[in-house]
Amino acid sequence: MATITLNNIAKNYGAVEVISGLDLDIFDGEFVVLVGPSGCGKSTLLRMIAGLESISGGDLVIDAERVNAKPPRDRDIAMVFQSYALYPHMNVERNMGFSMEIRKEKKSLKTDRVGKAATKLGLTPFLDRLPKALSGGQRQRVAMGRAIVRNPKAFLFDEPLSNLDAALRVGMRLEIARLHRELGTTMVYVTHDQVEAMTLADRIVVMNLGNIEQVGTPIELYEKPANLFVANFIGSPTMNIFDCSFANGGIILPNGTFLPLPAYAISDQQVSLGIRPEHIQIATNGPGQCQGEVEIVERLGSDTMIYTNVSGWGLLVTRLNGTMDIKIGDAIALAFDQPHIHLFNDTGAAIRVGV
Amino acid sequence: MSTTARRAPGIIPGRFQNWIGAVFEPYLYLGPAIILIALIMFVPLVIGISFAFQNYTLISSTGPSWTGLTNFEALIDDKRFWGAARNTLFWAVSSVSLQFFLGLGLALLLNRPFFGRRIVQALVLLPWAVPGFLTGLTWAWLFNPIIGPISHWMVALGLFEQPDNLLADPQNAMWGPVIANVWFGVPFFAVTLLAALQSIPDELYEAGAMDGASVWQSFTKITLPFLAPMIAITVLLRTIWVANFADLVYIMTGGGPANSTQILPTYIFTTAFRKLDFGYASAISVVLLLLLLLYAGILLRMRQTLVKI
Amino acid sequence: MNATLTSRAGSVAHYLALMAYLAFALFPIFWLVKIAVTPGDLLYTEGVSLWPSRATLDNFESVILKTNFMFYFANSVIVSLSTAAIVTLIAAASGYALSRFQFRGKGIIVFAMLLTQMFPLLILIAPIYTVVSKLGLLNSLFSLIAVYTAFNIPFATFLMQSFFDGIPKDLEEAGMMDGCTRFEALRKIIFPLTLPGLAATLGFVFTAAWSELLFALMLISKNDAMTFPVGLLNFISKFSVDWGQMMAASVLALIPSCLFFIFIQKFLVQGLTAGAVKG
Ligand SMILES: Nc1ncnc2c1ncn2[C@@H]1O[C@H](COP(=O)(O)OP(=O)(O)OP(=O)(O)O)[C@@H](O)[C@H]1O
Ligand SMILES: [Mg+2]
Repeated sequence: MATITLNNIAKNYGAVEVISGLDLDIFDGEFVVLVGPSGCGKSTLLRMIAGLESISGGDLVIDAERVNAKPPRDRDIAMVFQSYALYPHMNVERNMGFSMEIRKEKKSLKTDRVGKAATKLGLTPFLDRLPKALSGGQRQRVAMGRAIVRNPKAFLFDEPLSNLDAALRVGMRLEIARLHRELGTTMVYVTHDQVEAMTLADRIVVMNLGNIEQVGTPIELYEKPANLFVANFIGSPTMNIFDCSFANGGIILPNGTFLPLPAYAISDQQVSLGIRPEHIQIATNGPGQCQGEVEIVERLGSDTMIYTNVSGWGLLVTRLNGTMDIKIGDAIALAFDQPHIHLFNDTGAAIRVGV
Repeated sequence: MSTTARRAPGIIPGRFQNWIGAVFEPYLYLGPAIILIALIMFVPLVIGISFAFQNYTLISSTGPSWTGLTNFEALIDDKRFWGAARNTLFWAVSSVSLQFFLGLGLALLLNRPFFGRRIVQALVLLPWAVPGFLTGLTWAWLFNPIIGPISHWMVALGLFEQPDNLLADPQNAMWGPVIANVWFGVPFFAVTLLAALQSIPDELYEAGAMDGASVWQSFTKITLPFLAPMIAITVLLRTIWVANFADLVYIMTGGGPANSTQILPTYIFTTAFRKLDFGYASAISVVLLLLLLLYAGILLRMRQTLVKI
Repeated sequence: MNATLTSRAGSVAHYLALMAYLAFALFPIFWLVKIAVTPGDLLYTEGVSLWPSRATLDNFESVILKTNFMFYFANSVIVSLSTAAIVTLIAAASGYALSRFQFRGKGIIVFAMLLTQMFPLLILIAPIYTVVSKLGLLNSLFSLIAVYTAFNIPFATFLMQSFFDGIPKDLEEAGMMDGCTRFEALRKIIFPLTLPGLAATLGFVFTAAWSELLFALMLISKNDAMTFPVGLLNFISKFSVDWGQMMAASVLALIPSCLFFIFIQKFLVQGLTAGAVKG
């Protein structure tokens, strides 16, 4: 169990600055998920916490101790690699017990702990096998088991599920959630998967270009994205975003419609309006905020996605519950749920109600 | 999050140790190699190069004396040197290109599964294990009409009019050592290229087949580009080795007949051990070294522009 | 129908090509053996026939019993094995450094190692001879081992580097996370995975040292320190060129290096295959 504190952490490779002055507090027992576009420095950050990458600047503090110069083995942190990094020449049992073997722990204790972890992960029948004789999902579980056996202060995961098929992913996701509940150990988890991030995280850290864009609970990020980047990044399908201009007590939409928004104190001339697909309805009485022609309909069973072409505006995505009787070419009117409208100023920062 | 943590004792030693570790650790591993190579290869090289600027013969009664560039000036007018240089070019180019093409062919043959592959692979690569001078000796016999069959086969094939020793024919004698060298050198290419071939993922060929590539196309568009880095490095190394490889020629023809097979390394040996003129021999060696450096530079530059992965 | 016919024809051609090459590769070795089993009186009269009318093992017998050859042989074994072992150890360390670290001076070191491959041997002979004789180490196997070791390190280093490059870095890092020091990770995780590479390097260096003639000729002149290539040349003078015996000795000398090579060639291919251990 550990708190992990990053103070002004920086990383550069020669002249290339990959992470610049990043601050983050990870609380004891917390599940923190790092998300961000490819190449933004998630793996690098994780590896710096692990001790596999040297830290170019700032302090890394684990449990009130500065560990910048500590080698990985003294940090008592376990890591699950994306490639799993199972030792090809050791069987599952030895793979899982390797850390205890290195620390010269008692054999009986080792067998006991490995046995327990194997039972927990359903690996008992495979203990004698070499990694090459395992399926992808089984290898993934061995990698997890190897971390669990350690009983470390904290777990680090770098896209641990990205090599698995969809069904296995869901299973392992639940497994990891259960693990966190049972062990209560601090976990830092990198993923590209929205669902994993939203469901597993106590808090999500959204990174971009080596900086943190926003830290918050999944719902905070969903409901109150701090800026356009986060608004775009969180949620699937992504939020509809348009450039609008400001007018007295409201804004003028791209098609010229005036939308009164008295709750906002808008001072910028140019604003961006964001609205999530699930917060747009088909207007049954009245013209709504805009009208257009249905271009694409995606039926997912539980939901229906409607892409409407609004003239002078572009494609607008709407997400409706259930199956809808709508065809391509239909003319429809769309109405926005006004409380769910997001506004961003010209620097991309969110404009809050009443601010 | 506390300032005490930020000022925790050990910051500077930690940094320092880290830095020391990062700089010195690789040198710790490299140390023995560097020391041995420096002492046993580079130091003698420097001394050897200095001989090139001296009058250093074992027959003169006075000791060696500095003569500046005299040895190099003598080279310019030395017809045998220029002949040997030309022969070296032929020797290296023909040996290496034949070794390469046969090696590539062999690697492609071995890369396909077939019954008995293991044993065939082991046998086919066996010439690698035969010492150079023994290779020379054996092939000299094979060419010899009295104790070898090759010349008789050539007559049977209608290529020779009578069973003559190829090695005695000034026009074609060079082919003798070249053939022996090809025999000796193909396994090296075959092994390295086979390894490179086996590291090409099958998916690439499958994707190529899906895209409609013919066998020839998938060879030129997938196989060759993948092999290119390995080809560049093996051809480079092999050419350098072959250009310095005196054993075969020395044993098979001794540079004859009429200097027709004299190459720079054998010329160097003859100069050193027959004429006992180490200064002159060193001067030729220095020139050979410079030529090889030039060649390596050109090849590495080409590799940079040609090889994309 | 047509497709199977083509593929049938293809595999026949494949076999034919292989057999042709096999004949080319083995014929000279066969010839060596043939001369070794030919009795002296038939050497020239039946020089061209594929097999002598009377085959004999006399040559082998007299080489083993009546000459110093077994003695040279033992010297060669000592020199080659020690060289191979030392070089492999040193090259494993240096290859590891080149594969795993980015550091200042790396380019220079790689270049210097490549450069050594271009050295004309002769330019080194006189200086090395002078130093060795000043140290009083002429006619000692030790000096031979030292020279062979240095000469073989560069290529062996490149070889080992390519083996290490094929082992994912993740594995070591996982080991370090599991509590290993870098050295422990090397010993317990990387080392077992590099075994094919080590075997290949060992075999490569052994073969090279086993075959070396020039320095052996220069640094060794006394009978009790001769390696077999030098000893072989002695047949020429001592027994007024007894070809049969010389070839018998050669065949005997080929046996260990061929056995060794057959054993390691599969590791050479395997180890050089990048990513052999992945997955
Ligand atoms: N050795 C290196 N030298 C220079 N730049 C590097 C090096 N290693 C990584 N980088 C750069 O650092 C940046 C961050 O890399 P990192 O692996 O942390 O990205 P990531 O967020 O994990 O991306 P992904 O989601 O694709 O895994 C990248 O832009 C990468 O190009
Ligand atoms: Mg990453």
